[in-house]
Amino acid sequence: MKFAIQINGAPYQCQASDSAYQFIRAALRKGHEIVRVFFYHDGIYNGLGYAMPPDDERPVIGRWSALAREHGVDLVICISAAQRRGLLSEEEALRAGKADQDLAEGFRIAGLGLWVEACLRADRFLVFGG
Amino acid sequence: MPVLHVVSGSPQGSHALAHCLARVQEGDALLLSENGVYAALVDSAACRSLNVFPRLSVYALTPDLEARGIAFDELWPGVERIDYEGFVDLAVRYPISLSWF
Amino acid sequence: MPVRKNFLFVLRHPPHGGIQAQETLDFVLTTAAFDQTVRLLFLDDGVFQLKHGQRPEAIGFKHIAPIFGALQLYDIEELWVEEESLRERGLTAEGLILPVRLLSRRQVAAFISTQDIVVSC
Repeated sequence: MKFAIQINGAPYQCQASDSAYQFIRAALRKGHEIVRVFFYHDGIYNGLGYAMPPDDERPVIGRWSALAREHGVDLVICISAAQRRGLLSEEEALRAGKADQDLAEGFRIAGLGLWVEACLRADRFLVFGG
Repeated sequence: MPVLHVVSGSPQGSHALAHCLARVQEGDALLLSENGVYAALVDSAACRSLNVFPRLSVYALTPDLEARGIAFDELWPGVERIDYEGFVDLAVRYPISLSWF
Repeated sequence: MPVRKNFLFVLRHPPHGGIQAQETLDFVLTTAAFDQTVRLLFLDDGVFQLKHGQRPEAIGFKHIAPIFGALQLYDIEELWVEEESLRERGLTAEGLILPVRLLSRRQVAAFISTQDIVVSC
């Protein structure tokens, strides 16, 4: 089965991104395909590259990066929601004259069209809200 | 086509469960996740509302139950405990998933 | 042949508590722009999004009523509202900003189950 996953919740503020992460790991273990993970609304905060949680806490953002690295999962952050909240890729930061980009490794920023495309390619679609 | 309803809000803290149960139909499945698992406590008011459809399959995520200290003997007998791989199997079985939060 | 699916957006939350209602409409319009079949279902507090007479500028928020007005331009014509959700909140179909199609609570489950992709908003 091919899954498209949407995440609306910010890390730490609710459990949505944790639940989604565990679901995705389980789906991969069972041999399913993750077409795309799309982060929308406050879910975009899962892509904040400068997060530095204490060593004894789960690395919410770091483990997304690891998921992308190990399994090639496509982590897409919605550009309009990201810009509104101040999360910028390197290209956008340069264009906007900002000091630096703050997107975590393994994520990319793109438009809502990629979410629609994922839904059309997938067999199953789930929303993890918060 | 039956629907998988995923309820993540606490039964008393949010209206997610009540709103969900008002719209389920026979043959649907209900998964209690995150704070939604509190509805599976056998002596709770929320638990009594889970029996509304005999053919509604009710599940609860084991890691969420454990995190919240809900032991096996505190669970309503009508709820089946599953792990995340079981959640994946449900999502495969039910073509439509609707999240209530 | 391009794929065309039936998308149902289920709106259950009031507007103006945050940016979600406005961002959800961006989703809706994008989906329609990709030539998909789009329907909206307003349940519970979601019916407040259609209430007539909103002035979100009073709290510095953007008006989303014009975006609802643009749905027809994207061939989104099916706005479904649950009758009980209206009644429980003291609203009527006449007090909404757009013409809507009414569903009873009993009919909602069957309606949802006929869609291809259901987006909880």
